[in-house]
Order: sequence, then structure tokens, then C-alpha cells
Amino acid sequence: MATTAIKKNKLVQWDPADVKAKLLAKYPPKVARKRAKQIMINEAQENETPEISANVRTTPGIITMRGCTYAGCKGVIMGPTRDIVNLVHGPIGCSFYAWLTRRNQTDAGADGENYMSYCFSTDMQDSDIIFGGEKKLEKAIQEAYDLFHPKSIAIFATCPVGLIGDDIHTVARRMKEKFGDCNVYAFSCEGYKGVSQSAGHHIANNQVFRHIVGENDEVKPGKYKINLLGEYNIGGDGFEIDRIFKKCGITNIATFSGNSTYDQFASAHTADLNAVMCHRSINYVADMLETKYGIPWIKVNFISAKGTAKSLRKIAEYFGDQELIDRVEAVINEEMPAVEAAKNDILPRTQGKTAMLFVGGSRAHHYQELFTEMGMKTISAGYEFAHRDDYEGRQVLPTLTVDADSRNIEEIEVEADATRFKPRKSPEEMKALEKAGYKFKEYEGLIPDMEKGTLIIDDLNQYEAEKLVELMKPDIFCAGIKEKFSIQKLGIPMKQLHSYDSGGPYAGFKGAVNFYKEIDRLVNSKVWSYMKAPWQTNPQLSATYGWE
Amino acid sequence: MLLRHTPKEITERSALMINPAKTCQPIGAMYAALGIHGCLPHSHGSQGCCAYHRSTLTRHYKEPVSAATSSFTEGASVFGGQANMLQAIDNIFSVYEPEIIAVHTTCLSETIGDDLKQIRKKALAEGKIPEGKYMISASTPSYVGSHVTGFSTMVKSMAGLAETTGKKNGKVNIIPGWVEPSDMEEIKRVTKMIGVKSILFPDTSGVLNGPLSGEYKMFPEGGTTVAELKSAGDSIGTLALGEWCSADAARELDSKNKVPCKVLDMPFGLKATDRFIDALRTIGGVTVPDELSMERGQLVDMISDMHQYLYHKKVALVGDPDQLIAMTEFLVTLDMMPMHIVTGTPGKAFERRIREITKDLPYTVNVKAAGDMFLLHQWIKNDPVDLLIGNTYCKYIARDEDLPFVRWGFPILDRQGHQYFPTVGYKGGLRLLEKILAVLMDRKDRDEPEQSFELVM
Repeated sequence: MATTAIKKNKLVQWDPADVKAKLLAKYPPKVARKRAKQIMINEAQENETPEISANVRTTPGIITMRGCTYAGCKGVIMGPTRDIVNLVHGPIGCSFYAWLTRRNQTDAGADGENYMSYCFSTDMQDSDIIFGGEKKLEKAIQEAYDLFHPKSIAIFATCPVGLIGDDIHTVARRMKEKFGDCNVYAFSCEGYKGVSQSAGHHIANNQVFRHIVGENDEVKPGKYKINLLGEYNIGGDGFEIDRIFKKCGITNIATFSGNSTYDQFASAHTADLNAVMCHRSINYVADMLETKYGIPWIKVNFISAKGTAKSLRKIAEYFGDQELIDRVEAVINEEMPAVEAAKNDILPRTQGKTAMLFVGGSRAHHYQELFTEMGMKTISAGYEFAHRDDYEGRQVLPTLTVDADSRNIEEIEVEADATRFKPRKSPEEMKALEKAGYKFKEYEGLIPDMEKGTLIIDDLNQYEAEKLVELMKPDIFCAGIKEKFSIQKLGIPMKQLHSYDSGGPYAGFKGAVNFYKEIDRLVNSKVWSYMKAPWQTNPQLSATYGWE
Repeated sequence: MLLRHTPKEITERSALMINPAKTCQPIGAMYAALGIHGCLPHSHGSQGCCAYHRSTLTRHYKEPVSAATSSFTEGASVFGGQANMLQAIDNIFSVYEPEIIAVHTTCLSETIGDDLKQIRKKALAEGKIPEGKYMISASTPSYVGSHVTGFSTMVKSMAGLAETTGKKNGKVNIIPGWVEPSDMEEIKRVTKMIGVKSILFPDTSGVLNGPLSGEYKMFPEGGTTVAELKSAGDSIGTLALGEWCSADAARELDSKNKVPCKVLDMPFGLKATDRFIDALRTIGGVTVPDELSMERGQLVDMISDMHQYLYHKKVALVGDPDQLIAMTEFLVTLDMMPMHIVTGTPGKAFERRIREITKDLPYTVNVKAAGDMFLLHQWIKNDPVDLLIGNTYCKYIARDEDLPFVRWGFPILDRQGHQYFPTVGYKGGLRLLEKILAVLMDRKDRDEPEQSFELVM
């Protein structure tokens, strides 16, 4: 089966089976066998989604895109919350590298609490490793409290903390009791846990749910109250989504965790619907909010104009109120002309081009919709740290086996709250919605949305990335900062889709316009034509230069 | 205000570090290893360490930074990382085919007590390191020293490759310390100009400032070759630039290979460059060419021309010890007034050296080793300055306090130029002056009342 991608000035032909074979050719046999299960030629038809190996260990020595559990917990989930003092217990590096590097924006107003521009660490020294770091941690918490009097202090464990056995949870509990007006809790998110950032998301979800959610029962005003889960306000994405919500009359009680505050988490249980953006990083909280408080969840996607419109309609349909349904339609009608105009402007220059996306646990899926709107085809994609359900859909969840690496990540037991559990819809209402095609708690994953013959690759590494680009010659490649420049050296534009490097927002209607322009800029930049000097393209002197 | 919770009143902290002026050892080891030709740095720890170091270096250089990791899991953390490391060695030489791998440890592998020297022996015994290929290692636990000491430790391991054949090669080893690729290139240019043959290591020029040509080379043209490192044991002498970054490696060559060494300051500014050039001509037995004296004269000329804008301007600086020592001296040379000086790297010797350089100033400087930017900011709030010099993180202080700010140090995540334009040597001194003057004069232009707004400055 040959697939052809027609591009300006070039015709690239490739056979996915051949590409796969070439990706594996250089590996030692053991590595090749393992990687073969993580590289899938998509045959997604008639819901017979084939199986892909995911959320498995990265092979030592292979240059991976992945980070660690600490990065997923502190960097991704807790990093964007502005009024919690995030204190990292460990040697200095871990806190330093997670200091302002993810481009999470926040709006603290002129005098609101905002610790996001600060970096806090216990800066463990060898004596702390030898004699234990609990005393230093306790002192550091006290010093932070004395200096800032924050409403909350979160403690994050780094690798050596777990190894030397510092009991950070007991220290946290003791300090919380001592202060009385400051919630102190800890995250056992040592970098060696799990196989990627993903374990850290889960650990963060657990502790936020256990220690913060439900702390504030005060009922906030608003008719249609939701939480937005798994949105991190990178480049202002969350600001744009909040703008649209406000226009529609939808009240966002809590975002997990872009532009968030402690109180948002504390009040999350007062919302009536959870809208899940990044399924991988936050589905745990969505499930727990449902079990304990009776809030249903739906999957949304505010990346792409169509996705945004669809997600808004989904939220309106849930509340079922004609006023909201009409308002949402009015907002979509108001916003779409600018999006259409921008799209029509770039379409002649982007139509027919190809993309590859290797990022995240949702973004490699979400952003395909934006590329589709630009007339671009995603020829290969995959996640960095997703699980099989993010590829194949949540129906595979019961069949997932728990391996040694997942077993140690806590699953917390949640029960319906004795006083605060309140079904948001009656069983009849839920049934009626489901009967009308409404889907709760469902995510179909990336595979069904990708075309037959495309390559789906989990935990892509540097070597394979380079090979893929060489063999399939996409017009744009999307991954993270570590991958960016090796791809661009090959003359293929690269868009960083973790923190975008620059620009944004790319969510919502205005974000779609920004993304169209950004991709147009990248794939049509003149710079890619400057790579060879005149004497390199025509090295033979064919004539002598005649001086005038 | 972005750092709105920083109080003016300074209270003592003994456990909490806020806004660090350092990062951890392994990133320094990784940067140093990138200065070996054909080398793949390897991080023996969990994969997050490697991801963070690569990301930070990539953001600083806007260049690919390849490095592998042992990808520890919980099991490896309990049973030791030897199996992961051996597997990594195998995979690296099969897939990436480097000439050499430079492995550094992390807090994780150090805490559990992995011994890289022993793992290397086992790898050699099992034939996992192919003939003619090398593996060097450095012990760089994150809970000791800083990124600077990690750099120094890896450079020392590089020196460990040196061999003594008994026949001198007529070259001078120059250990430049943690400076930019552009600085390494400049040191080579000046050395060549003087007519001294040299082995510079590490050398990241041509590695982290590469061209865009449609080709990706995982191992670019630049870097000190293994052959050169081996030959360093036959050199006539070693100049180590910077006590913190380079002295250990130089002393290793001195004691192990009997190559005599001299430890100098990093050649930033007039006087430190003078000492470097003077040492180079002495050790090489050559005469300094007129072109270089000309470059020196140009720097002195600009100092005299622009002295009025520099005189008695108060400066706060933060960065790494070797850089700060040279920069403080340069500022004193310019009749500027370094007021507050912080490094995150520990070492009381740093404070002593700064006090010595600033002893003739009519005030006592605030200086702290193992300090942080939170303290620096508090010092600035108490005794305001006219100029701030430091890495990108200083932009938050600069914005809050409305200070002219020169980016200099590591990391620089928001501006370009450090890859290509040196700040070492006389030419580099001109560039430093240009940068300092630009921010001071821009500020004057911004703040001057309309009546006294100047065309000619």
C-alpha cells in the first residue's frame, strides 16, 4: 500500500511498513522487538482499533523525549497555580529547571498573591542526604510561612528524598497543625517513579483531591457552573477559553490548573459539570469528583475553531437550557467570521501540506483538528507519555494490565461524600441525554481520528524522529524544545507544542487564528530556501568572471 | 510587580533557598562533555534530569543538544543502576555511534551508591565498549557544589584521558572554563594570533553555534578530539582559566602527567586579559603581535572615551564565581562601583577574592557565596544600583526595580548573541562595554527631561 503526499516541488512516496522497518533496522534485536510494539500502522476502520504498547519503560541509552514524575507533578499540574508556595525538597536543580520555563500565564491582578515568579527549594546538601532532610524541610516551611504567610504550601519530593526516606507527609501535617491558617501537604513525586511524567500527573491529582478539593463549600454565583480540567494556560490558552465562557454566560469555577488559585481547587466540588481537556493528565480528578460529589464529566477540546464550537455546544446541551443553547450559538456565529476570514487567507498556502505531531498525552490528538482546518494532513503522530486509552479509547481501560511501574502509583479510594454528594442530573435525565447520543466519561482516543496507513508511534525518540523526517518529509514537525533544533537543522520547520516557545494562545477562536498564522509563517518562511550558498548549489566554475 | 512578595527587610534564612543563583552539577558535566568531538553525554539517573538539562541548554543556545539517560525506574533505584547503564552503553554505541560517551552521575545514582568506574570496567570486560571507543565518567551528585563544580569535575575527567609519551608536543593546554562557544573561538583566535600552538578543552565552538544547512549532524565538526585530549599529557604547560572551572583539571595534568600549570582568572575585561596574554606569550616564548596590542589599545580607548557614563555607577551582579571575579575587577577598572555580588556556588574563597579586588573602594561591598537572587534583590531594595548584570532570571528584578540590565551568564533564555559574539579578550571587553553603555545611555535617553535630551553623547 503506497501513500502519496503531494507537495509543492516534490513528490514524496512512502510505504508505512517500509518506514517502520527502516526505523527499527539499526536497533539491537531486543530494543527492536520492544519498539515494534510501540510503532503502529494505523488500520483504524470499523472500530477495530489495533493495540499499541504505551506507558512502558523507555530503554536506557535511547535518547527519549520524556521527562520524569516530578516534572509531571510540579511542573505540569501544580506549576500554574499562583498562590501556593511550591517548595521543592531536594537538591537545587529540580526546582531551578521548573522555574518559569513552561510559559504558564497567570493574572494575579495588581496586588493578588503570586508566587509563580519565585523558585523555592530546600537546596539539599550532602549532610542532608546522610543525616536526613526532614529538619531542613521543616525549617524551610517555617521560613516560607514567616516571610509570605501564604494560604498554602505544597512540598514536592525529588529522587533522593524517597531514597533516604524523609517523611515529608508527616512534616507537612505537623506544620499545617502548627500554623492553623495555612494548608500544608506533600507530593511523593520522586523522579524515578513510573515511566514518564504521567505518574506525576496522577500523584498531583490524588493530593489536590485529597487536600484541597472540598475545602470551601461557599456557593459561587453563576447559572451554568463548570470546571475546566486539564488546561494549563500556556501562552494564554486558558485566558481565551475563559473569555469565551464569559461571553456565553458559563461560569468557570476552577481550572485545573491554568491561571488557577487555591480557592478554585477548594471550590471545584461546587460546579455542575467537569469539562476535560487533557484526558491524560487530569482524568483521575474527573473520576473522583464524580464519585465523591456526583459531578459528571465530558471530554472537550478547545483546540481548533470547530472543536471549540463543538465543545461549547456539548456544555450547553448538558445544561439543556434554551437560553444557554441560544447564547452559545450566538457566540459561535459572532466569532466564526474572523476565524473563517483568517482561514481563507492562509488556506491556499497550507492546503495539501503534511504534519507530524509527537507531543503530550492529548496535544498530538487535539492539534490535528487545527491542521485539518488548514487542509493539512497528519501523516504520523504519537504521544510522549500517554497510556493505551489515550490512543485506543477508554473502552480498553478494563483490559489494561498493571505492571511493576504503575503498581506503586497510588490509586485513592473515593466514596460518595455523606453530605455533599449530589447527583447533578437525575438518572432519567442522564439516560435521556445518553439516548440522544450524549456521551459522558468517554474519550475515543487518537487512533480513530487518524487516517488509514498513517504511522502512530509511542514515545518517539530522537533517532526515529530524524529517520521519520528523512523518509516521510513532512512540511512541519511538532514536538518539544529538545527535538526542535535537530529537526530544523534538516530544513523542516518545527513548532514546539508543549509550551509553544513563543506565541499563543492557540486555544479557542482567537487561538485558532493565531495558530493558522503561525503555521503559515513556519511552512512558508523564506528562510528554508537560504540553506545553500550560491557556490554550494553550483560548485563548478563554468566561466571566468569578466571584470567590467 | 512580578516579585511582589520580596520584602525590603532582610531576615535570616538557613533552610529555604529562594530564586537560586546556581543549578545542579550534572548540567555542567553535560555542557563540558559537549565540548568533546564525537561525544554523547550520558546522564546516569532518572530521565527527568537529562530532559531538564537538555531543555535548558537548548533554550540557551537554540541548538540541538543530544544526551542519553539511564532512564531509572523504581526498580533500578532499589537494585542499583548497573544493569541500566550497561544496557545504555550497548544501545548508545549501536544506535548513535559516538566516539566517546561521557557519563555523569545524578543525586539519584549517587545516593544509591552506583560506582561508574566499576561499571565501566564491567562494560569493558563484557566487550560493550567497542575497540577504539571511549567512556569517561564524572561523579556529580546534585547535592554537592553547583553546575560550576559539575563542569569542573567533567573537565577533570577529560584530562584523565591525557597520556604521556615522553615526547613533548610543543603545545599549550588551555582550559577555558564554562564560557560560551564564541568565547572559546575567541581564545583560539587570539592564541593563534600570538603564534602559540594549543589544545583547548573543552571546546563547544562549532558544536553549540552551528549553521543551518539542511543537514543535521548529531556530532558536529567542533569539539576537542580524543586524540588531542590524549596528547594533552605531552604539552609544555597548561593555562587554566578560572579557579572554579578549570584548576582541578590543570592540577590533574600537573600531578599525573607532569605538565606544569598556571591558574589564571577568566580573561574578561582589560586586566584579566592582559594577564592571560602575558602568560601565554611567556609560556610559548613568543612576542605579542602588534595586532593584539592594537586590540588592547582600542579597548582602553573606548574606556577613556566613555568614562563619563561609567564613572561611579553602582552595579549589582549575580553569576558564577570565575566570571564574577573577572567582571568585578573589570568594573573596578572602569571606575564603576560594584555594590552587591552574589553567586549561588558555595566557597568562602570567592568572598575573600571579591573583597580583595574591591578593597580600595570607599565602601564595603555586599558579597555572598551560596547566596540567592532573593537576597540580591533585597540588597538592591536597601541600596539601589544603576545597573544589574546577570542571567535571564534577573529580568524580573530589573523590571520591578526599573533597572538597566545587561544579560551575561547562564542561562540566557530570552536574548541572542552569546553564541556568536565573545565577551572574553579585548574584543570581548569592547562588547561588554558596548552592552553596558547601551543600557546606561538608553536609560539616560529615556529619563532625560526634554530640555536636556541630547543628540550627541
